[in-house]
Amino acid sequence: MLEIKNLHVKLEEEDKQILKGVDLTVEAGKVHAIMGPNGSGKSTLSYVLSGKDGYEVTDGSAELLGEDLLEMETEERAAAGLFLAFQYPVEIPGVGNMTFLRTAVNAQRKARGQEEMSSAEFLKVIREKAKSLKIDAEMLKRPVNVGFSGGEKKRNEILQMAMLEPKMCILDETDSGLDVDAMKLVADGVNALRDEGRGFLVITHYQRLLDHIKPDVVHIMANGRIIKTGGPELALEVEQNGYADLLEEAQ
Amino acid sequence: MALPQAKQTATEARLSALTLPTGGWPDAARRDALSRVQAMGLPGARDEYWKYTPPSTLVQVDAPQAQALDHGDEAPLFEGRDRLKIVFVDGVFDAEASDDLALEGVQIDRLAEVKDIHWAKDLYGVLEARGQKPVDRPLAALNTAFATDGLLIHVTQTPSKPIHISYVHSDSASDAILHHVVKVDAGAEATILENGPAAARFNKVMEVDLADTAKLHHIRAQGRDHERRAATHIFARLGTESVFKTFTLTVNGVLTRNECVVELTGDDAVAHIAGACMGDGDFHHDDTVFVTHDAVGCESRQVFKKVLRNGATGVFQGKILVKPDAQKTDGYQISQSLLLDEDSQFLAKPELEIYADDVACSHGSTSGAIDEDGLFYLRARGLPRGTAEDLLTIAFIAEAVQEVEDTSLQEELVERVAGWLERRRG
Ligand SMILES: Nc1ncnc2c1ncn2[C@@H]1O[C@H](COP(=O)(O)OP(=O)(O)OP(=O)(O)O)[C@@H](O)[C@H]1O
Ligand SMILES: [Mg+2]
Repeated sequence: MLEIKNLHVKLEEEDKQILKGVDLTVEAGKVHAIMGPNGSGKSTLSYVLSGKDGYEVTDGSAELLGEDLLEMETEERAAAGLFLAFQYPVEIPGVGNMTFLRTAVNAQRKARGQEEMSSAEFLKVIREKAKSLKIDAEMLKRPVNVGFSGGEKKRNEILQMAMLEPKMCILDETDSGLDVDAMKLVADGVNALRDEGRGFLVITHYQRLLDHIKPDVVHIMANGRIIKTGGPELALEVEQNGYADLLEEAQ
Repeated sequence: MALPQAKQTATEARLSALTLPTGGWPDAARRDALSRVQAMGLPGARDEYWKYTPPSTLVQVDAPQAQALDHGDEAPLFEGRDRLKIVFVDGVFDAEASDDLALEGVQIDRLAEVKDIHWAKDLYGVLEARGQKPVDRPLAALNTAFATDGLLIHVTQTPSKPIHISYVHSDSASDAILHHVVKVDAGAEATILENGPAAARFNKVMEVDLADTAKLHHIRAQGRDHERRAATHIFARLGTESVFKTFTLTVNGVLTRNECVVELTGDDAVAHIAGACMGDGDFHHDDTVFVTHDAVGCESRQVFKKVLRNGATGVFQGKILVKPDAQKTDGYQISQSLLLDEDSQFLAKPELEIYADDVACSHGSTSGAIDEDGLFYLRARGLPRGTAEDLLTIAFIAEAVQEVEDTSLQEELVERVAGWLERRRG
């Protein structure tokens, strides 16, 4: 599904190397988790995969279903099935949440040569999905993320994911800022989408989310590299001992 | 006081090329306005009030050539609405294309036709003259003197539909001067729609007199012609608890100066003055607003948004003057520009002058580029760059458009803007 090889990334404006050779493969149907200290490059990885400006790939490759992601525009990556749930969802004053989502759904459909979704159908689907995430109608009408609480923003990301039905989902700290119940809702939202044809890359600092979304593989990222890969037990180890031992081991 | 030589010469040249219309009740006002123009002179490049907008093409004797734009098969704005339609072609009334000037609750006459004593005598040129202090507005006085036609609209009760003034531009050398007077009686409420490019050069004045509790909604779109020029003035006087809401959408036009002078003279009156403009390339758009609070508990809002690209220029000069007795004034003013490239510029001069102590006034002016984070977010959800930029652009002007109360009109205006943006992208 997602194949990252030897990915090196530096800042465009500065001589600062952030990713220093990331190798990572997420297979269809699997959930991979990435943990790692602050500033290790997790969000950078997710941004580079999505095509955000400001970064320069100096080496390596990233493919989605065999297609070169790095050659595509951001919107083409989305249409190809990539989805990033942002660590910090962006507020967009003046653009209604609903309008935004309908435009997004139909833009992707159009790019894939599919028929647009009718307003009636869209309404029906979004109501249903919003309900299961406890997002009320009023929140759908408000401008995108404006005045949403931290937790509401994260739930809104998951709603977008559910509506867009991507193939490869990257969740960047979707659990941070969520209360216990909201975390359960979000995890349920993710689990509902888990299937054979879909891959997940879940970036998190906490084991708790992984209790709900059981990962198949856990990676530890530090200083721009994956320094260790293991099973779910690796997340437990981090939760108990922190990163010190792992970092030392990697030296 | 003698005028500077250049101003004197330019003023004389222009005046000698115009003929003062005569006959009937407006004559005294016309003569008075003419002598006021002679005394103050037409605007010159060195006038402080014209610092950001070169007035020469508005002042020169002949209107600079301006081709009328072919709109293809796109229906004109407001076309699908139930309304009373009145058409001027190059500033000349078109009876054929207009509806009967009959609408229950409203008396409508034409300036060019009325020769008897008329209610408008108390207003024609009167509100304009009041608006000449403390700043000269010579093009408005010129208008009062030389307007060849215009509508005299007296709203006595709430009419069932809006009055729509449609301006058609056909002749590439047309130079139109129109002067409307609108009077709304106590308790009545009306909507006036205006659209179209009017002429190669258009000078328009609209005087608005609102009695206590009267309401007027004014929504205009200035036409998409690229080459046209316009100088317009609104002079509004608001009585107690009256409401005046005016919104202007401007897309294209090589030069537009829209002045709006509002006097809140009755307690608890409300004035909302808003505008959105979209400019590309050889485009200069100037909103000059002067709001005077002269009564207790009045509210005024100025909301202006300008989207500029390819070297377009936007100007905003907005003032709130709060007189000593205008306690509990609520004044708000915001002017913002979205600069889609580095060649475009926004020049803003927001001013507050407050002589009362119990007052809440705020003003702000900003210039910014499109929000890159927002753009990335939208694109990451699959919106093509162009669609995402358009969405953010429409979002940017939303605060101004929302000053229009009628949401169906809001939608119609936004649709126009969306169409314009889409065509820009080709
Ligand atoms: N645009 C940028 N400009 C400057 N520094 C940047 C930029 N983007 C990333 N960095 C730096 O790169 C490093 C990695 O940042 P990144 O956000 O990827 O970390 P992270 O692993 O997601 O951290 P966290 O767990 O705190 O979210 C940090 O040192 C950060 O300051
Ligand atoms: Mg991060």
